[in-house]
Amino acid sequence: MEKEKTLFDVIGPVIIGPSSSHTAGAVRIGLLAGKIFGQCPKRVCFRLFNSFAKTGKGHGTDKGLLGGVMGFDVDDERIKKSFEIAKKLNLDYSFEYLENHNRHPNSVDIVMQKTGMKDMQVSGVSLGAGEVAVTKINGYNFNINGDYDTLVLIYKDKPGMVYRVTALLQSHNINIASMHCDRNARGQEASMGICVDGAVSEDIIKELEKIEEVYLIRNVEVLKK
Amino acid sequence: MTKLREFKDIYELAAQKGKKLYELCQEYEAQNLEISVAQVREKVKTNLDAMKEAIRNGLTSKEMSMSGLCGDDCAKLLEKYKNDGSRLFSKTYQNVLLYALATVEQNLRMGKIVACPTAGSCGIVPAVIIAVSEAKETDEEAQINALITAGLVGKIVSNKLALAGAVAGCQSECGVAAAMAAAALVEIYEGDNEQILNAAALCLKNVMGLVCDPVAGLVEVPCVKRNAFLAIYAVTGAELAMAGIKSVIPIDEIVDAMVQVGEMMSPKLKESAEAGLATTKTGLQITEELTAKWNRNSGE
Repeated sequence: MEKEKTLFDVIGPVIIGPSSSHTAGAVRIGLLAGKIFGQCPKRVCFRLFNSFAKTGKGHGTDKGLLGGVMGFDVDDERIKKSFEIAKKLNLDYSFEYLENHNRHPNSVDIVMQKTGMKDMQVSGVSLGAGEVAVTKINGYNFNINGDYDTLVLIYKDKPGMVYRVTALLQSHNINIASMHCDRNARGQEASMGICVDGAVSEDIIKELEKIEEVYLIRNVEVLKK
Repeated sequence: MTKLREFKDIYELAAQKGKKLYELCQEYEAQNLEISVAQVREKVKTNLDAMKEAIRNGLTSKEMSMSGLCGDDCAKLLEKYKNDGSRLFSKTYQNVLLYALATVEQNLRMGKIVACPTAGSCGIVPAVIIAVSEAKETDEEAQINALITAGLVGKIVSNKLALAGAVAGCQSECGVAAAMAAAALVEIYEGDNEQILNAAALCLKNVMGLVCDPVAGLVEVPCVKRNAFLAIYAVTGAELAMAGIKSVIPIDEIVDAMVQVGEMMSPKLKESAEAGLATTKTGLQITEELTAKWNRNSGE
């Protein structure tokens, strides 16, 4: 479903330039990736594809992505100084520039690492006008665009998991706006992305964490738009 | 809630209720966003303030963009006006040009701007609203009314035409911005709803087919100067409409035509830098130099 535009899609958003797709979109993908990783990583590698790779330098796509991973929003004037700030934080960053026409023109893979945490790869696309989507997390298909609070789960593929998660949400009277599941192989690992109306509290996350054989759980909060 | 898809829908509703377009628009947005009209106006004011801040910052900077292609045009024009006593054109005209350049140059140096409707066309609406408001001493409430009017025009156009150079060329970015600014200016002039829509229509007709052919794919050449040119387009549209001059073709039909033209436009002329200015001899040379420069120091 296409959502209705608001006045503030046309007079706004307030962003750091120069490009809504290549700068603000890049910030938002970085921001979502950082939230999904859960912490500021120690090392991050960005693989930029196609137009992101070709024109990214001149649009500050690199600074935007890195700033986003560090938690800067689209109107944060620190984005321009992302490289300096990352160096101060001892955050190692690198960029690779690739061409692959099976990929969206504005896409990026973000590999994040930190001691004591599993490496994570988040793929995102910038769709234009600052709209973005996270399309993959560690290879699983997702569609996270920051319009809703979104629960991200990776867990053992076995019967009843969807039920347990959704029953818990239902018991807290949380409405599900949309939901997407994926898995790598039967009986192995599976993933769930659940967009909900309203916010998911810390308590609910703690309860969800009690479900055995859930390997990863994150509440990716709605982006400020 | 009535769905306001076309200009004629909102024009008729406004006529029925005896309201200005901005009044209907703010009520509609309040309902849609589930906030009060006062909150809608507060959000608009925040963006208006951000526009003024971008102009202030842009007027005092000469910092070049990351490519080094643009960034000091506003400073050059400011210098010219400082030393030019002739004043053939008014101070307001000069300010429209200066504010458009100031804003769009803030954008390319990674400053904070308001996309209006897009980042590459961010100079047009603020330049017109703010330069004229200063000259007329228009109060803030009336400036907010003007900005809402601009937003309404952009939003209704966007129901049919994607506001993205990559989809429909520059007619849908700077072109639509000019129509938005023209409508805003008529609101500042206290023109009626019909004049507002005529001002927007006259602008749209004259930007139809404008391509997006940026050198090296960057929001710089020709985007920076185009903001100044199209801000003056907007003024022209508002002036004509205030004289009672009408667009022979109704605005909704013009938008349909722009969609058609956008679909017929070659993908090479839609932000992909594969034709037009981007592939002129000089355009290609710049692209080559920038590619070499950036390959040398990636990640720096």
